Amino acid sequence: MPENTDTPDTIAGPAESAALASELFAPGVGAQAGPPTTPASDTGTAGAGPGSHSHGGPTPTGSPAERFTSADPDDFAVVTGREEQWRFTPMKRVRPLLEGADSDARLELTSDLPDGVELTTVGADDPLLKGLPEPVDRLAALTRVRAGGATVVRVPAEAQLDRPVTLSLRGTGSDDVVWGQTVIEVGAFAKATVVLDHSGSAKYSGGVVVLVGDGAHVELISVQEWEPGTAHGGQYDAVVGRDATFRQVVVTLGGDLVRLVSNVEYAGPGGTADLSGVYFADETQHQEHRLWVDHATPNCVSNVVYKGALQGEEAHTVWVGDVRIRPAATGTETYELNRNLVLTDGARADSVPNLEIETGEIVSAGHASATGRFDDEQLFYLCSRGIDAETARRLVVRGFFADVVQKIAVPELADRLMGTIEQRLGALPGLEEQDVEQGELQPA
Amino acid sequence: MSETTGSVLEIRDLHVTVGEGDETKEILRGVDLTIRSGETHAIMGPNGSGKSTLAYSIAGHPKYTITGGTVTLDGEDVLAMTVDERARAGLFLAMQYPVEVPGVSVSNFLRTAATAVTGQAPKLRTWVKDVRTEMEALEMDAAFAERNVNEGFSGGEKKRHEILQMGLLKPKMAILDETDSGLDVDALRVVSEGVNRAKANSSVGVLLITHYTRILRYIEPDFVHVFVAGRVVEEGGKELADKLEAEGYAAYLKADADALVASDAAALLSGSATA
Repeated sequence: MPENTDTPDTIAGPAESAALASELFAPGVGAQAGPPTTPASDTGTAGAGPGSHSHGGPTPTGSPAERFTSADPDDFAVVTGREEQWRFTPMKRVRPLLEGADSDARLELTSDLPDGVELTTVGADDPLLKGLPEPVDRLAALTRVRAGGATVVRVPAEAQLDRPVTLSLRGTGSDDVVWGQTVIEVGAFAKATVVLDHSGSAKYSGGVVVLVGDGAHVELISVQEWEPGTAHGGQYDAVVGRDATFRQVVVTLGGDLVRLVSNVEYAGPGGTADLSGVYFADETQHQEHRLWVDHATPNCVSNVVYKGALQGEEAHTVWVGDVRIRPAATGTETYELNRNLVLTDGARADSVPNLEIETGEIVSAGHASATGRFDDEQLFYLCSRGIDAETARRLVVRGFFADVVQKIAVPELADRLMGTIEQRLGALPGLEEQDVEQGELQPA
Repeated sequence: MSETTGSVLEIRDLHVTVGEGDETKEILRGVDLTIRSGETHAIMGPNGSGKSTLAYSIAGHPKYTITGGTVTLDGEDVLAMTVDERARAGLFLAMQYPVEVPGVSVSNFLRTAATAVTGQAPKLRTWVKDVRTEMEALEMDAAFAERNVNEGFSGGEKKRHEILQMGLLKPKMAILDETDSGLDVDALRVVSEGVNRAKANSSVGVLLITHYTRILRYIEPDFVHVFVAGRVVEEGGKELADKLEAEGYAAYLKADADALVASDAAALLSGSATA
């Protein structure tokens, strides 16, 4: 039986953080001479000192201190599946993307644009594309090249949109790989919500870049409600301007393979990035979410919350959360959390948080990762109020997801997604087919 | 609604262990108690005496193994029921450490529980009014209903929430497990008034588990049971609480230790006699 593992691991919680940080890290000792390394079996070195801090069991987390990036696909070796970035990904499913040829195939785009929002396309040589964050892996680099330009959404400075920008992207079932690049440019002090709503069936590799202007508030919601048979890879980048707020909610429910790499960088001090995600994998699905938050400017905040549930043999989810706090990023406040709820035997959730701290002068930095069965204490609590075990289980799973989904600022979309989740829960096996674990918690 | 007059919860020679194999530890060692509708019984005892184990065993927590004895509610075998069946039969446990349930709002939770306990969805208009009235009486802000169950609640809020449920679910028998622990004077008064209101509005029987006599100044017990080392060692009226207030548990603990020594000695003697 899988153990409930819970590794809340906070170097400094928000409350006591400042004091604790200064206690842990004497002023000035934060910066390291060379690039910090990530020791192979470094599990639980919270408080040991500045430098790398990672979890991931006995296997190396391997997240490099510096990531190689390039716009040229040939700068990346051909993917074998043994690379750190690819080791969790089923090669059989991702190969059609990696080996996909140039193609004219496209996703069917339906857009809903509030007044003032511009939707346009630019060619491959447009200067806009030169300034984007570079691809971090071979697939992303191929995508940048093969997309041959980009779809651009522009929200003018100081615009206050009355409704979300919605791009519905529907796969038409083509065997050819669809290569896509989307750039969302939000001007200073604007406030915008952008929804990327993926559905249908496709082999799709799509890059998304969000340029968040100074003082802007941007929420990006990316929904993956693909039909079975779909493979979707993508690199998402956000460049967060000075004092800007970027919120991203990723909801992955459909498709055979979804592998999304989300990167955040800050273009100036005072930025906030709030990255949330939910995923729900069944036996036909591999869902992989990788995050990289790069704190290189002072006084920025990042907060990551990803929650996933798995049911069925060979359901596989991967969450890799890398946060780096560079020497210049004083006053950083960061926390990341990943929770996985394993509903049936035979499913596998990999969860690898990784925090590298190169300055002691931070507000707080922490992470937690937990993968387990139902919390028996929650079930007991609900049942002790007369709620039958099956209903209690549904309430708990529903609540587990609602916790994140209710953050989506588009109520009708949140409702639709909860509806899909409810439907999926309907397929849960009965309680009698399952072991319910003995709780180790109180009562004392 | 459930019939709440003339119920009786009977606990007979209840033995309970926790743990498995070599780790098995007997916590309850023959508990006898009878609680009738409208009665309030205080169970008082030192830490580790098994008071909470008694509460959770009656509610059916899977951590505890019943190794002997019976628990019946109006003659029905409680121990044969699942946790939710016990609640629907009319038992309620106000927990010492209520559990957080992320993403489930208090209002959704209360409605689901009321539907389960009464067997039908409560009529919306009266239900909303009932909840509001009860919350106001417990000095809870209306926004509370939209928060997630116990998530980020203060100690006092958790206990108010427990008593709110007691008021709304109208059990036949309510077990309050150290509801007073961690409460300041104001919260203790509010929570106690909530219990007294439930007592006034129904004929609920109350099993009040506590370490301190403080709460008994607000909720008057009809009977006081002193609980030491997994069993009731003395019973009396509320004057017994006054005695405990003055003298503490030391005398009982010593007597219990002496009794254990005596029984060990007896076992030793009988062992040597048969040798």
